[in-house]
Order: sequence, then C-alpha cells, then structure tokens
Amino acid sequence: MLKRIFAIFVARNREFVRDRSSLAWNLLLPVALVFGLSYAFDGQRDEYTVGVLQAEAEIDTSSHPFLETRYVRFVPYESIDDAILKVERHQLDLLIEVGPPTRYWINPTAAKGYFIEFALLQSSATPSSGTIKEHVAGKPVRYADWILPGILGMNMMFSCLFGVGYVIVRYRKNGFLKRLRATPLTSLEFITAQVASRMVLIMLITTVVYTGTHLLLDTRMEGSYITLFVVGLVGAISMISMGLVVSARVTSEELAGGLLNLINWPMMMLSGVWFSLEGTGETIQRISQIFPLTHVLESARAVILDGATFTEVAPSLGAMILLSGVFLAVGAWIFRWEQY
Amino acid sequence: MEDTRPIALEARNLVKDYPGLRAVDGVSFSVPEGICFGLLGPNGAGKTTTVEIIEGVTRASSGEVCYYGEIAGSRFRQEAGIQFQNTALQDYLTVRETIQMFRSLYDRQADIDDIIEQCSLEDLLDRDNRKLSGGQRQRLLLAVALVNQPRLVFLDEPTTGLDPQARRNFWDLVQSIRAGGATIVLTTHYMDEAQVLCDDIAIMDEGKIITHGSPEELLHARYGDKLINLSHGEIRRPNLEDLFLDLTGHSLRA
Repeated sequence: MLKRIFAIFVARNREFVRDRSSLAWNLLLPVALVFGLSYAFDGQRDEYTVGVLQAEAEIDTSSHPFLETRYVRFVPYESIDDAILKVERHQLDLLIEVGPPTRYWINPTAAKGYFIEFALLQSSATPSSGTIKEHVAGKPVRYADWILPGILGMNMMFSCLFGVGYVIVRYRKNGFLKRLRATPLTSLEFITAQVASRMVLIMLITTVVYTGTHLLLDTRMEGSYITLFVVGLVGAISMISMGLVVSARVTSEELAGGLLNLINWPMMMLSGVWFSLEGTGETIQRISQIFPLTHVLESARAVILDGATFTEVAPSLGAMILLSGVFLAVGAWIFRWEQY
Repeated sequence: MEDTRPIALEARNLVKDYPGLRAVDGVSFSVPEGICFGLLGPNGAGKTTTVEIIEGVTRASSGEVCYYGEIAGSRFRQEAGIQFQNTALQDYLTVRETIQMFRSLYDRQADIDDIIEQCSLEDLLDRDNRKLSGGQRQRLLLAVALVNQPRLVFLDEPTTGLDPQARRNFWDLVQSIRAGGATIVLTTHYMDEAQVLCDDIAIMDEGKIITHGSPEELLHARYGDKLINLSHGEIRRPNLEDLFLDLTGHSLRA
C-alpha cells in the first residue's frame, strides 16, 4: 500500500516541479503581491478607527456625541485587553469607554491618535475634566505584517484547490485515472498520494516565500515558527480535502473551474485575506467560520501578531481537522475513476 | 482432441445498458490459457465496452467475469496487463519513470531491463513521454502493460494509427509475449492482424457475438473450398476480411 502511494506521490511531485511555468507562478505571485501591496498601502489607512468598549454588539451613537463623528469607523469591543492591544499596534487610533466617567486610551506615538483625540475632546458634551486619559505604548502593526498571512493563505488556497481539484479532473478526462483504475491502486491510496504530494509542495513553497518576505520586509513575528508551520500544514490539508470533494466526480475542466471559483471567491472575500472581518455583520462572521481559510488566517495572524501559543490556536486547528475529515470522507465516498 | 488447458478468462452473459442503448447484449465466451483471443467487430459493435467490463474499469449492468474460475478481483488486478486504446500518461515523466511508476503499483514485478529490451525502448528512456511518436508511444503503453509479468494481457486496438513497419514490429512483440506463456485478448479493426495473431476469434455486432471459432474453422464453415473471383480476374481464397464484411455488411456504420 505504502509503495503504491509513494509511487504516485513521487510521480505527481515530478510533474509539478517540472512544470516550470506553474512552479514560477506559485512562487512569484505571492511575493509580488506582498511587496506590491505593502508598498502601495503601508501607512495609508485613510479612515480613523475607534474602538468602543461595551458589552453590546451594536453601538448606541446617542450615548455620546463623539460617536456621531463622521469619517470615523466605530468598532465595538468586549475585551479591554484585545482592544488595548489594537491601540498599541496602531490598529485602533483610539479606544473609548463611555462613562461617566468617560475613559479613553491612545498611543502617543500614533499620529492619527493625536488628531482623533482632538475630535473627542472637542465634541460638545465632553468637557476635558470629565474624561480620564490613559496612555498605551507599542510598535505599530504595518500593513505588510497583516497582509503577509493573507497573501500566503490565499496562495495556499489557490494551489490546494486548483492543484488538486483541477488536476484530478484533467486526469479523469484524459483517461489517466481509467488507466490507474486497471491497476491494484485503490481510490484511497490515490487520494492519499495526491493530498501528500500537494501538502509537501505547498508547504515548501509557503515556507520559502514566508522566509524570504519575512527577512526582506522584516515582518513581525511574536509567536513560534513551529506553531505557525503546524497552522499552515493543517490548513493545507483542509483546503486540499476541499478540492478533492469538487474533483471527486466532475468530468469537465470548465465545470471544475467554475465550481472552484464558486468556492474561491467567497472564501477570498469573507475569510479576511484583504481586510479584517471585525466590524462586519454577525451573519458574515458566522458564514466565514465554515471556510478553512478563515481559520488558517485567524490562527496565523494570532501567532504572528499576538504571539498566540499552540494551545490558543488549538480550537481553530480542531475546526480545520474536523473540516478535513468531513471533506475527505465525502471525497472518498463519491470518488469515481471513469469519465462516464 | 479435447483442449485440456485451463480457462484463463470467462465472460458470462455480460450486459451493459446506457440510457436508450444496450451496448453489450448477453456476451459470453471463454479464453483458454496461452492463446491469443481476438474480439473483432465494426465501430460501435461493443468490443471496447465488453473488454472494459472484463478489465474492471466499466461496471456491467449484469453478468460476471471469472479469472481462472474465480470472480475477477484483486488477483486479476495483480496478474492482468492492460493496454488501452486511448490513454494519457502522467505529464513531464520520462519513459523510464513512467515504467517505474506503474511497476511500483504491483506486487508482482517484471525485470525492468527485460521490458525495456522487449519493447525496444533503450534509446528512449530519458525522453519525455509526451514527445514520443505514435509507434514509440504504443511500445511504451505495451511496456506499461507488461510491468507486472502479466498472465493475461489485454490489447485494445493496439496498432490503430501506426505505419506498416510499426504494425509489423508490434505483431512481433505480441508474438514474443505469447511465446512467453501469457494469454492475450486482442481487439482490432484489422483482419490481417487478427489472422496473423489470433488462435480464436469472436466477431461482435450490435452488442452481440455473431460468430466464434478459430479463423480456419470460421472460414471453412462459411466458404468451404470456394474461391473468390476478383473483378480484375485474380482468383484467391477468402480471408477474414471477406468473412467480416459478409457477416457485418458493407455499409458505413454511424
């Protein structure tokens, strides 16, 4: 059994590595995106963002005139620790807890914090004597720090879904699967070899791209590299398994491409690749939890930006393992070798 | 004298239905060990579907396939070698890597150098399998079918599209495989090929076997000692092609 899995694993690796254009695309796209987006957007967050410390999910703008200020995004926070961390990292320009007495936190090294404080103090019902000001300090999270896991996760998603889903449909269409069917190879062995091959390749590529960009852009890393690697590995398995479900029966490359895009696009938009899901509606946040990419990005950012430990990301890892199990079971169950 | 060889392969009342079409309609035959069995028929007769049911790559609507007296299963997969009519191989692999990959899928493994020599692939070992000519590719596909020292070899229209030299070369290869003791099941459009290679043939049309026997028996039963007088005055003995056209008609098939 292992001999057969290894034979298919090696053959698939050779096919991938020798397809120079595909290999180059997998390596160059994420690097170009990280550098390009970092250059274009770093330090250019136009909107002011203010955290509002409160238990409720909805902000009552009538509770304080400052909360009616235009061109400011107000985001509710329940946890004071989480919110202060954001102020430290310049991800929140100011944090406010409506009183009495009203308290607020700013980072004195953040320029936008300095200006938004003026707006707060100028708001009519806020005499400066009635507020308590707190200072927090911390290194800013740059856009590059934040976007790097997003780009790597997105590249992983494309590679896992198309690199497995699309390739298996191509094998089925050109008769290669039928040829394998006539050998002692079982569908489980074939699927295992495909998952293993893509997992090794994508982890190698992601590690190379992460290391290169991390060193060149001096991106933040608060946690353990090993935990980050485990997050990537489990995430890759869950997304490969998702690709297998799509490819299990489909016989047309066009249909496979459409189905894969149907998964890719919502996942790319709703998993937090480009922007944080904080402040989005509860429904969107719930939907995002069914996507493996959401868990990959939440865990990876927690490790990179907040120094989350293995135990802290374990719930997300558990969710990804659960999703992988479901996808693999469904994929193996509905898998067919032949075209018709 | 009665044939005492064991039956290597037996098809029992195979039926394959597609929506609106019965592609295979109650096909039964048996193939004794060590012979070359030919399955002939016009396009759409159901040959390839029949063979694919036997190979296990297409599920029959009903009927069963036995290999040495047992329902064909894992032993059959280990001991059968199959050359499909149209099949793709994994891209970016060389000839040697392709043979090695398929060989690793079997418990029973032939000596790789013997296969390479037998299929005359020595000069092509490091070539990307996408860059082979038609004849070279057929030799590679045959090599892939031989990686497990098969006791039973399926060849589905193996010489379609080959030039005359490549076809003759392929016939020699098939004869050498048979001389090594393997049983061969051959489907072909070419009657000369069947006449040269096959000990026993079945002609299919519209999903059924319409006649079955050795080429000599079939020709004798149909024509006796008759000769054919051709339009330009030549007289010759009838051959399998005459028999095939007599049985399946001269009109074009859809």
